[in-house]
Amino acid sequence: MNKFLICAALASVLSLTAIPARAAVNVFACEPEWGALATEIGGDSVSVYVASTGRQDPHQIQARPSLIARARSADLVFCTGAELEVGWMPVILRQAANGKIQPGSPGYLEAASVVSMKEIPQHLDRAEGDVHAAGNPHIQTNPHNFLPVADLLAVRLAEIDPANAAVYKTHHDAFITKWKAAIQKWETEAAPLKGVPIAVQHKNWIYLLDWLQLKEVVALEPKPGVPPSSGYLAEVLAKVKATPVKMTIRATYEDERPSQWLQQNAGVPAVELPFTVGGSDKAKDLFGLFDDTVDQLVKGVRQ
Amino acid sequence: MKLKRTLGVCAFGVALRVLSPVQAQAVVTDEDLAQIRQSIKQLEAQHAEDKKHIKELEQRLKNSDSKALASQTPTSESPTVPPPPKSDFPTTTASTSYSPAVSAPAQSSAPASAGAFNPAIGVTMMGTYAHFSHNPDKAPVPGFALGNEANSLGTQGFSLGESEVSLSANIDQALYGQLILSYPREGGVNVEEGFIQTTSLPLGFTVKAGRFFSGIGYLNEQHQHAWDFLDAPLPYRAMLNNQLGDEGVQIRWTAPTETFLQFGMEGLRGDKFPATPTNDGLGAQSVFVKAGGDVNESNSWLASLAYYHADAQDRQTTNDTTIDTFTGSSDLGIAGLVWKWAPNGNPVQRNLKLQSEFFFRHENGTFDDLAYHGDQTGFYGQAVYQFMPRWSIGARYDQVSADDGPSDFTGMTLDNLDHTPRRYSGVLMYDTSEFGRFRIQYNYDDSAQANQGVMFNYTVSLGAHGAHQY
Repeated sequence: MNKFLICAALASVLSLTAIPARAAVNVFACEPEWGALATEIGGDSVSVYVASTGRQDPHQIQARPSLIARARSADLVFCTGAELEVGWMPVILRQAANGKIQPGSPGYLEAASVVSMKEIPQHLDRAEGDVHAAGNPHIQTNPHNFLPVADLLAVRLAEIDPANAAVYKTHHDAFITKWKAAIQKWETEAAPLKGVPIAVQHKNWIYLLDWLQLKEVVALEPKPGVPPSSGYLAEVLAKVKATPVKMTIRATYEDERPSQWLQQNAGVPAVELPFTVGGSDKAKDLFGLFDDTVDQLVKGVRQ
Repeated sequence: MKLKRTLGVCAFGVALRVLSPVQAQAVVTDEDLAQIRQSIKQLEAQHAEDKKHIKELEQRLKNSDSKALASQTPTSESPTVPPPPKSDFPTTTASTSYSPAVSAPAQSSAPASAGAFNPAIGVTMMGTYAHFSHNPDKAPVPGFALGNEANSLGTQGFSLGESEVSLSANIDQALYGQLILSYPREGGVNVEEGFIQTTSLPLGFTVKAGRFFSGIGYLNEQHQHAWDFLDAPLPYRAMLNNQLGDEGVQIRWTAPTETFLQFGMEGLRGDKFPATPTNDGLGAQSVFVKAGGDVNESNSWLASLAYYHADAQDRQTTNDTTIDTFTGSSDLGIAGLVWKWAPNGNPVQRNLKLQSEFFFRHENGTFDDLAYHGDQTGFYGQAVYQFMPRWSIGARYDQVSADDGPSDFTGMTLDNLDHTPRRYSGVLMYDTSEFGRFRIQYNYDDSAQANQGVMFNYTVSLGAHGAHQY
């Protein structure tokens, strides 16, 4: 008798908290930029869960139970790939044990798989700091990279949910048109940035620098992910004196102290960029992300 | 207990059904050999043809690449991935391929050697210098019969901890496998874990089979090198011989809910303390449930409740000089809660981890030929705070208590000596990176007699480094 009661109680608890099955496709986006892209292409036909925020370091997300629960019911996992999530996604994928989203299945999508990667290391050694074998994974700082990813996503969504294929195609085409126009606008606005020397706090901006042709003079860490020693900071000061830089850029989630240190000691303005959707108040969606990024940079140059 | 048995047998049954397609016939006849040779010859011919074809394709690709480069505008970074062949879906540059090696311009140069399929290899090494104020090898816990590994508090002086080699990989589209070998300083090799696990069963089920750490406790599921403190808390030491790893089958089911909810059960051989292998080969069983979620961006939690039943037949334990024998059953309940805080969910700068587990055990049977019905409890609570990148500090309190047996047990192992064994610990950690850690731990152990210990330790990981569990 008791067992029946327990079963009944469990069933009622489950039905209360069960994930609503209204939307056709449950998307589990590792980072906010992919969540935003999935919303652009999927519209109302998808329900998007974003596993991290703009104030978190995407390398270091804790494999929390809530993420496992969401991955359990996902139809599509949409991540950067290129080992960015290597510290947490493997555990989540294995614990969620959801056959639809295992690597190799249509429900597993890595954005980096269709983007030309930069900074692919010649040799791999952990003494070089936090390097990724597949190259620098922070591809979302160049809007051009969203074009092939949007294509891939639209095809994948149509594959998973053929009934709404036409919807995805319509959204995709509209997004591409709008996005290409926006890129032109950003590139016009960013014209004064061409060739401007800057410092970066962490080496996660290579795609942005390449896009806007900014010149990285120095990084505030000796190796990716390795905090600077006082000796290294002296080197940075010397470099900045020899080649003056206009600003230091850093992502919202990063510690503000290194770039502020350079501001105090060399008068180099510290500029905080959203880095992803949700990284600043203005970066509410993908368009806001680059509106704000270009705006902050142009302001930085004029300072 | 009959129900538990049924569950366990059921677990084995399911596992066998899962495993059976993997077993292959390994008998090869001469006829087969001849056929294989024939096939190889055909393959070789095919290979030569393919090579020619690839050369042609490469040439064509080269030509089209240079064309594409010429047509690119200076600001455009957009890569030119060839459109999918079957596409009736007009996209700008899409690829329908699910294999990154094909669609990824960056990865197309990845080596395709046989070694590419090697499992991920990781090595974990530990070394400790410890100083105890009293001999750490004779450390009884009054009122408890300890397993053979729980008699010692540590090793005096310099010692190499267990070195571990872990090999892991997806076996195929349905299975994942992991083998962890540990090399104790005394010599020899132990298989610490060796299991296969399903990755894509329907409806949220997972089956694990082989030797593995039981899912009954939060710390129990983690490897020792992932623990914040160097040693197991007292209840783990007194009731699980530090950590319970056994052979058998584990089934888990994760509910399709927003709040993490997982049910699991295990049928185990019963090879490890507190069980002994029994005639039916199913010496221990367990059931557990875990729940967890986020309170907000900064706070998350995981709670668990487990029940473990073990049968023991002439189980021998050594306490200092005496050898004790127990026959009967051991029923253990564990309740645990882990709470993590990280500002805005970003643990890089600062984070806090609180964890506590409660143990309740009832043992029923004969101890050294005397009837024995005993209740024991234990718990630990610990807090670890990362106050700046790379630096953490932690504190722990643990205790166990056993009810005093009848007067027959006076002066024996199960005599609790009217004393509650307890311990106070503190730890300071410095991480050189995600892969290297130095620790200083201080213990004030009052299990039997006051014994103070200081331990200096390094724990490092080479090669593949698995993602961390919550």
